[in-house]
Amino acid sequence: MEEGAQVSMRNILIFKFLVLFVFWILLSVWALDHNYPGQFNAIHIAQGLVASAIVVYVLRELILHGEKIHVKLFRAVPYVFWELWQIVLANIDVAYRVLHPKMPIDPLLIEFYVPYRGDMTKTWLANSITLTPGTITILVEGQRFIVHALDKSFADPLLIDQTMQKKLMHVFMEGENDSTS
Amino acid sequence: MDILGLFMIAGIFVAVSIVLDLYRAFSGPTVFDRVMAISVIGTKTAVIIPLIGFLFERPGLFIDISLSYALLNFVGTLVVAKYLERGELWSPYT
Amino acid sequence: MEPLHIASAILVFGGTFFMVVGSIGLIRLPDFYARLHAAGKPDTLGEILIVLGLILYEPFSFITVKLFFLSFFILVANPTATHAVAMAAYKRGLIPWRKEHR
Repeated sequence: MEEGAQVSMRNILIFKFLVLFVFWILLSVWALDHNYPGQFNAIHIAQGLVASAIVVYVLRELILHGEKIHVKLFRAVPYVFWELWQIVLANIDVAYRVLHPKMPIDPLLIEFYVPYRGDMTKTWLANSITLTPGTITILVEGQRFIVHALDKSFADPLLIDQTMQKKLMHVFMEGENDSTS
Repeated sequence: MDILGLFMIAGIFVAVSIVLDLYRAFSGPTVFDRVMAISVIGTKTAVIIPLIGFLFERPGLFIDISLSYALLNFVGTLVVAKYLERGELWSPYT
Repeated sequence: MEPLHIASAILVFGGTFFMVVGSIGLIRLPDFYARLHAAGKPDTLGEILIVLGLILYEPFSFITVKLFFLSFFILVANPTATHAVAMAAYKRGLIPWRKEHR
């Protein structure tokens, strides 16, 4: 994972399998409550393996399919913490606008285009827009985003500064090498 | 005051906010308002369940239920939203 | 009370405050798209804060791992569900409310 690891198809399948299997272990096997002893035996673990394999096989084309992902983990971690801080700011802002007696809102729809090509990058951008102050993603179509903003002042960072787009471009290495067609 | 009593008060407040959401689910002008309110109620229920689990001192069992409930709520919201958007749940062309 | 329990109570009540604010916004705001702001964001942060408070209250065990998993899942799933409902409303032609400028 050092130099922008390219995640291949097989590794994505293995990753999905591991996520499902860890979830199985969390829910059914690893329960150490004295009232509710877990089934930490071979039969239940084997059931989990078989069930995870079946689900991964059936849904192999559903998520993260046919796409090469470039991600740098040590660039993604500061972004996630910045995003968590933005969530706190967003909630304080929503609380202020809701509890204010006159409700100072002036909603508008804005539209912009992003230079990304990867689905993963667009998914992160859409969720980040929804969680940052005053904006909610309405529609993603190709490279076109339609965003609902509660006020004009929230539309400007997305339209003019484009800080979030640049940060995500930095994380996912879009535009830094041209092999991500 | 015991901290479990504080958890109970917090749970009561979340339950009151669920009642406020029910108003929107009951009298929403559009059907999307109702779907959104039901989704919000599901999220809040997934929060209340661990609180109740800590009150009953059996959190291990209740958190399993909460995880499953959050998953089902998410999938249900997605299915209803897709149905409202297209008018069908499966089409051979997409 | 121990200081860890005090921190836990503060986190739990912060989350409760944001949830109640989200409900009030769901009632007060004028139209569907504006209500989405009050539905998506305070729920996510409220859930994360309450779950963090429970994590601080519980000594480290498998319950901590499950609670962390729950919090992470809500952080991913809640904006996605909000976006799905918003996209359905937009494609069905629901028109956003605008303030009258005069």
